[in-house]
Amino acid sequence: MGRSWAELLGEAEAAPEPAEERGRFFARLRDSLARSRRALVGELAAASFDPGQEAGWERLEETLLAGDVGVRATAELVRRLEARAELGDLTAALADEVAALFGPPPTLDLAHAPAVILVVGVNGTGKTTTIGKLAARLAAHGRSVLVAAADTYRAAAEEQLEIWAQRAGAEVVAAERGADPAAVAYDALQAALARGRDVLLVDTAGRLHTQTNLMEELAKVRRVLAGRLEGAPHETLLVVDATTGQNGLQQARLFGQTVGVTGVVLTKLDGSAKGGVAIAIAYELGLPVKLVGVGEALEDLQPFDARDYARALLDRP
Amino acid sequence: MFDQLGDRLQHALGDLRRRGVLDEETISRALREVRLALLEADVELGVVKDFVAAVRERALGEEVRKSLTPGQQVVKIVHDELTALLGASDSRLAFSPRPPTTILLAGLQGSGKTTAAAKLALLLGKEGRRPALVAADLQRPAAIDQLVQLGREAGVPVYADERADPVAAARAGIERAAADGRDVVILDTAGRLHVDEPLMEELAAVRRAAKPTNVLLCLDAMTGQEAVRVARAFQERIDFDGVVLTKLDGDARGGAALSVRAVTGRPIKLASSGEKLDAIDWFHPDRMASRILGMGDVLTLIERAEAAIEAEEKEELERRMLRGEFSFDDFLASYRLLRRMGPLQGVLTLIPGLGRQLEDLEGVDERQLRRVEAIILSMTPHERRTPHVIDASRRRRIAAGSGTSVEEVNQLLEARRQMAKLMKAAGSGKMPRIPGAGQPGAGLVAQGPPRPSATRRSKSKRKQRKARR
Repeated sequence: MGRSWAELLGEAEAAPEPAEERGRFFARLRDSLARSRRALVGELAAASFDPGQEAGWERLEETLLAGDVGVRATAELVRRLEARAELGDLTAALADEVAALFGPPPTLDLAHAPAVILVVGVNGTGKTTTIGKLAARLAAHGRSVLVAAADTYRAAAEEQLEIWAQRAGAEVVAAERGADPAAVAYDALQAALARGRDVLLVDTAGRLHTQTNLMEELAKVRRVLAGRLEGAPHETLLVVDATTGQNGLQQARLFGQTVGVTGVVLTKLDGSAKGGVAIAIAYELGLPVKLVGVGEALEDLQPFDARDYARALLDRP
Repeated sequence: MFDQLGDRLQHALGDLRRRGVLDEETISRALREVRLALLEADVELGVVKDFVAAVRERALGEEVRKSLTPGQQVVKIVHDELTALLGASDSRLAFSPRPPTTILLAGLQGSGKTTAAAKLALLLGKEGRRPALVAADLQRPAAIDQLVQLGREAGVPVYADERADPVAAARAGIERAAADGRDVVILDTAGRLHVDEPLMEELAAVRRAAKPTNVLLCLDAMTGQEAVRVARAFQERIDFDGVVLTKLDGDARGGAALSVRAVTGRPIKLASSGEKLDAIDWFHPDRMASRILGMGDVLTLIERAEAAIEAEEKEELERRMLRGEFSFDDFLASYRLLRRMGPLQGVLTLIPGLGRQLEDLEGVDERQLRRVEAIILSMTPHERRTPHVIDASRRRRIAAGSGTSVEEVNQLLEARRQMAKLMKAAGSGKMPRIPGAGQPGAGLVAQGPPRPSATRRSKSKRKQRKARR
């Protein structure tokens, strides 16, 4: 139970994480999702669910909709549940289907020198905070990390990233405010290559996917990275706020079209939001969730585990 | 995105229009679409249910009016109810008779408080006040730096105290600002989860210490079902007076606004849309209703029903087209009009160049059309009115601004030129047969300017004029 960082980072030969560590992960995730339980558990009343009764199915649908799963993904989940020969315990069945939707557990592709991870998303989702947490975790797993402050737009963005990098023990490459983000990314990649760093994390400015010129700018950052190092960026993580509604799907779609997203980071799951839009994104776009953010502290980042996510969502108090 | 709802309603209500009778079954069918659409717009489930029930009641109770088709009636009721729901009891800010007026901003992490604070400062400054910003976010790394930099941009002083706790920082900041003669103080607080007990308690403490004239909840327009839980919790702890809806420049439908309004009764006071500091405005409920429902689509149907305004606009547009005056403003207007009226295939075949590119008439490439729209929007109003001034350097600028290529801009310019020529020729009856005459659109061209069936009336009027000549 619980996905370990070693698994996520593809460390096959790494010693398995101590059971208590994994247990703590699950507990923290479950706690953070505990607030979401109320609505879902209350509504579901799995024990009294009768597949023959229309009302029960309606309640289930509403529960999922209330979790931002969205109309289409909800319909699909219900369809799959109905198609099961035997429903058994609704909670377990739903967890099965949700996990199936998310697909096989993903990994972070770090087998490069350096591995380049581009972090993108709309404004306010937690990109910079996520990068800080990720840098710290990678460092704890023996990787040397360089961070590119390619958000050259927002006031004090660089200062914010510097503080996180300091906490994580990572170096930062930055430029003056208003500089070309692609240039910063390029310089950072050069530095990472020159200094033999293992991982380069590229922070970008928040931007709405509807701003064509800003999306073009992002595409350019990607092109520049790819131009300097073949295959870069090896991961492009879209950071999505768990409170986001169906617009999250549109975000994933358009960012995917512009820069190619390899995975989602679902943040702010320590609130009462269920982050159901991640299910919609997985269903409609086949994009996996790789990481979840569960707080504002350095250690509040965990590898995504679909079954834990589903189980924690439906976990009875 | 927005079109989905409009299209859906049109599809569902198209049935109603054909039937001509406002019966329970057809209303239910239409309302099912409305329910789906509102859910997709992120309106909270309970609010959707209540809203749909209210509309059903009104629709059933209403007599079928002669001037409106039943479908248009339902649409009008939906729009009216939505506008009424969103409509503000009082969308203005309160100003204290004894300065300073304090405005406290609260909300979740990432909801846009700090940006909104600076924007509000700039807005109020423009309205003749002497605002100041007070930093009470001591949690987020470099939050004070951010506010200080924004304050500099807005030309507004920022009062911050790095060492103090938020309560002390708020109190001290307000005192110092008042002493410096500032008459409006805007307090930026740290983002916090509504379920974080200690932080919510801290916020309540800050509120108590600051004794604000206004408490505003910052809400991200893309917030989903969660909006109601968040709003209720903040209302319980600090009882906010109104909402600042942020990031409206995205394409999120913004159903969260409706949910919060319906559940807390608090009005949306401000709408923030964009990262530039001047991108904030007082809230307009009718515009938001349209946005949640699907912008122009619904309004178009209603306008057509209520008055002949749109028909007149179209006649004017037609007159200009016939004179060969087809500017990009017209292009944009007719493009948007045409977009709403249903299948574009027929119309698009009429645009040389564009029509040829869109050979596959099954699926109109919305993205292609959006690129066209982006190009036109990158033009200055002058360029749109008088396209012939668009020289090479302007084309480059337009291409850069719209994220397209000079080649595409050239294509569009040529398309418009051809279109204008065609229309002028059509008006004088010298229209040549268009190849591909089997297509529905081609037939239209042979008779006159590109026009969907809704304007059959205008066409016959033109025929009357021609006959009279």
